Formats: sequence, structure tokens, C-alpha cells
Amino acid sequence: MNTVYVLWIRQLKRYVRSRARIVGALGQPLLYLLAFGLGFGPTFAKAGEGSYIQFLVPGVIGMSILFTALFSGVDLIWDRQFGFLKETLVAPVPRLMIMIGRTLGGATVAMLQGLILVVLCLLVGFRPAGWHAWPLAFLYMGLIAVMFTALGTAIASVLEDFQGFQLVMSFLVMPIFFLSGALFPLNNTIGPIKIIASFDPLSYGVDGLRGALTGGGYHFGATTDLAVMSSLTACLLALGTYLFSKVQL
Amino acid sequence: MELASGVPPAAAGMIQAENLCKKFGELEAVRDISFQVNEGEIFAFLGPNGAGKTTTIKMLTTLLRPTSGVVRIDGLDPVSQQHQARKRFGIVFQDASLDDELTAHENMDFHGLLYSVPRRVRAEGIERLLKMFELWDRRGDLVKTFSGGMRRRLEIARGLLHTPKILFLDEPTLGLDPQTRNQLWSHVRQLNAEQRVTVFLTTHYMEEAERVAERIAIIDHGRIVAQGSPAELKRQTGSETLEQAFLALTGATIRDEEASSVDQMRNIARMWTRRPR
Ligand SMILES: Nc1ncnc2c1ncn2[C@@H]1O[C@H](COP(=O)(O)OP(=O)(O)OP(=O)(O)O)[C@@H](O)[C@H]1O
Ligand SMILES: [Mg+2]
Repeated sequence: MNTVYVLWIRQLKRYVRSRARIVGALGQPLLYLLAFGLGFGPTFAKAGEGSYIQFLVPGVIGMSILFTALFSGVDLIWDRQFGFLKETLVAPVPRLMIMIGRTLGGATVAMLQGLILVVLCLLVGFRPAGWHAWPLAFLYMGLIAVMFTALGTAIASVLEDFQGFQLVMSFLVMPIFFLSGALFPLNNTIGPIKIIASFDPLSYGVDGLRGALTGGGYHFGATTDLAVMSSLTACLLALGTYLFSKVQL
Repeated sequence: MELASGVPPAAAGMIQAENLCKKFGELEAVRDISFQVNEGEIFAFLGPNGAGKTTTIKMLTTLLRPTSGVVRIDGLDPVSQQHQARKRFGIVFQDASLDDELTAHENMDFHGLLYSVPRRVRAEGIERLLKMFELWDRRGDLVKTFSGGMRRRLEIARGLLHTPKILFLDEPTLGLDPQTRNQLWSHVRQLNAEQRVTVFLTTHYMEEAERVAERIAIIDHGRIVAQGSPAELKRQTGSETLEQAFLALTGATIRDEEASSVDQMRNIARMWTRRPR
């Protein structure tokens, strides 16, 4: 238990201490809200899709959690290069506990970042379907957070340094975000994109989040979203744990 | 001595290595070394840069799997009984292993938590060690604001926070001032005398090895070229000082460049082949 606590609180402390990074990480989602939300809004409304801001906010929250969680997972590469990983790996504690602590820490940080964004969105004028929407919304946010922290850990366990990371960003993370339906409705898009999006885990997270917050506007359906998200999260956790257990120095 | 696999050897050495090898691709970092460190002994590994000292320590401390050969830590196999083996030792690494974004105190405290040091003992130990290594006044500062020597002192203080059966010290005094070196060695000898902690250390300072270690193994190009007490090594080579003995055994060529060119090759290779270690 100590192990989980130590690795969790460590991530939190590092997060809270890096105010510049917190603010910096809010810049991108806010820019999306501004440029897309306000820029595309009228076109979107004219096409009969309703308010684009209402549509976009869940997507941008999903994005923000995706990136924060993934980077927390990938922090492992730093820890490897700057040495702290050694300290945890020789300690007489099971690697599973280290993995759980790291993942919980990363996911908590991603949740916090998402929550800050939620507050900002509310200030900007986003209105959820009602207060009862939040518990389910938080569940999806949490699932996205855990899922991508685990994915980040899995990736970082295989990479030795940041050189390969650029590839991962361009060919995995960016596509996950852009093809997820975070920015556009999947209902009306062309077939191939629909098919690709249905293989993108973030699609289900964002769809669930959007459905919860807007009170029912699901593309895949609430049951599908929840089932896909929880089973994929479990799989990625298992994969991350396995790959992490193989790490040597 | 025979080490039948699976059967823990009778209370022999605290650390045993039999025909230990480690290859990194083509490079044989450790070639067929065997040695034993008895309980309560202070044992030193001496060798030029790139000789394979750190690699050996990594294999002894569960961080790296041997390519072949057998290792026992207090009778336990660091490959198949990692968890048990980790309970036996503490280690001060050659290179950095602190969390820069935490304070000195947090680094200590987290270490104590990971090693299940009870709260009271932890608090007392942290205060005692941070005072001993003159970091107590800076305990609330983030490690990233520390100088190289201060980091080194914190690494050592942290490594001494729990009292293990075996203490690995990989070039612990590198970059330390003489006062701190003295401080460290007298503390280590005290731990060894009072709590029978077995110590495995590496160093480049001959006089240190001679003063502290009861037995020394000289390692070069991944092979142990001689082992014995400092007096025995001097006698074997007919030298006056350990330094002369060392040079007689390992030759006088400088290894730094060789090691660093190998390192460079390794980095270039790593850029193109992304295989996990
Ligand atoms: N992860 C690795 N991959 C490839 N080669 C490695 C790796 N780690 C070490 N080596 C190589 O193994 C050899 C032994 O290295 P090691 O770090 O054990 O030397 P050392 O005796 O500790 O030297 P020093 O006194 O400089 O610390 C060196 O040639 C080094 O380049
Ligand atoms: Mg070394």
C-alpha cells in the first residue's frame, strides 16, 4: 500500500509544483474551443447540428485528458533517463504495485487537468444537461485517464529514450485524437472515417462523455461506450503491467 | 563450490557469483567471473573504466539478467526470487537516481516508505543522516537546486536509511570532498562492525580500497584478474603499494577513451535499432 501511495503522491506533487506546465497544457484546449468553437459555430448551426460549443466541449475535455494522461505515462522515460526509476525498481516492492501507483498518479493528474478545463468551459458558457450528468461524465473522464496513462506506460516501457517518441506522437497519439470524433460528429461523416473511428478507443470515451453531458446524444450508444471503454482500459492496464514488468536497466 | 540450481547453497557466502557473463549484443561486458563475499565482509571491486563493475552490480541487484552464470544473494536467486532478494540489500548507485522535483526530505521519506521503515525510525534516521551529510538545513529544498556534491551526499544518505544485510556502493565517493568521504567510510565501517552489514563496493581510489576493504577483486575487460586481501595482492605482484599492484595487473593504458568510444558506438547503434534493453 505504501508503494502505491508513494508513487501516487509523487506524481501529484510534481504536478502541483509545475504551475507553468498546468497553464501551458490549458492553452491548447482553450485555443481549440476558441478557434473551432467560435470559428465553426455558425457553420455548424447552419448545418442543423445545433450549438458547436456544446458539441465540442466534451471532445476538448477528452483531448486534454488524453494528452495529460499519456504524458504522465511517458514520464517513465524521464525517470529512466534521470535515474529515479532505478530507485523504485530495486526497492523490495512488487512491480505491480509500482505500476498501480504510477497509473493512479498519472490518471489523477489527468483528471485534475480535465476538471480545471471543465470549470473553464462552464465559465465560457458551456451548459451540461443537468447536474445529474456529472457522475457518469466523471466516470468516462476517469476511464480515459486510466486508459491512456496505461498506454503511455506501455509505450515508455518499450522505448529507451525520446527519439522514438516523436514517431509515437505523429502516428499514434495525434491520429487517436483527430479521428475520434472529438471535433466533428461521426453520424454525418463519410464511411471510411466512421470505420476508422470505430477502432479508436478515444471515440468511445468522447462519445460516452458527450452523451452523458448533453443528455443522450450518443453515436455508439451508452452501453457500447461503457463496455468498450472498461474492457479496453483493462486490456491496456494488463499490457502496461506486463511490459513494465519486463523493464531492465 | 558447486551450486546445484534450485537448491539454496548451505549458509556459505552472502554474495556468490559463478561463471557470471553479460553480453550487450557483441560486447562482452562481464566474462565468466566467479567470486564470493562472506557475511560481514567488506569487499571491493577495483577496475578501470568500462571494466564491468557496474554491470556486475546490476546483475547482483536484480536490475539486469545475466546472459549466463549463477548469482546468489543471501542464498536467493535475483532472477527467479527478485522480490525476496531485494529485501536483502540497499544500494547507492554510481549515477543519479534522485527525483529532482522533490525535496531532499521527500526523497528520503519516500525511500523509507518503499522500504517499510517504521515512521519513528524513519523520522529519526532521516534527521540523523541529513545532519551527518550536512543537508539538514536544505531538507525542504528541491533537489534540482542542489550542487553535484550535495546530490551525491543525498544519494548516500538515502541509501543508508534502511539497514540492509548487504550494502552495495558503486563508486560512492565520486565527486565528494575529503570530509564527506571520511564521514561515509567511518559510517560504513561502523555499520559493518556493529550490525554485520556485508559491504560490496567499487571505487577508483586505491587508498580508500586499501583502508576499507578486507578483500579486493581486480576486474579488467570483464574478467577478474586477481583477488585477495590488499597485502596478498601486493605480495602477488611484488609491489609496494596497491596502486602499483593495480597497474601491474591491468596495464597502464587509459581506458576512458576506449570506453567512451564504445559508448558512442552504442548510442549510434541505439538511434537506429530500437530494441529494448
Ligand atoms: N546497457 C548497455 N548496453 C550496452 N553496453 C553497455 C551497457 N551498459 C554497459 N555497457 C558496456 O559494458 C561495459 C562495462 O560497463 P560498466 O558500466 O559495467 O563499467 P564500469 O566498470 O562500471 O566502469 P566505470 O568505472 O566507468 O563505472 C562498457 O564497455 C559499457 O560500454
Ligand atoms: Mg561503473
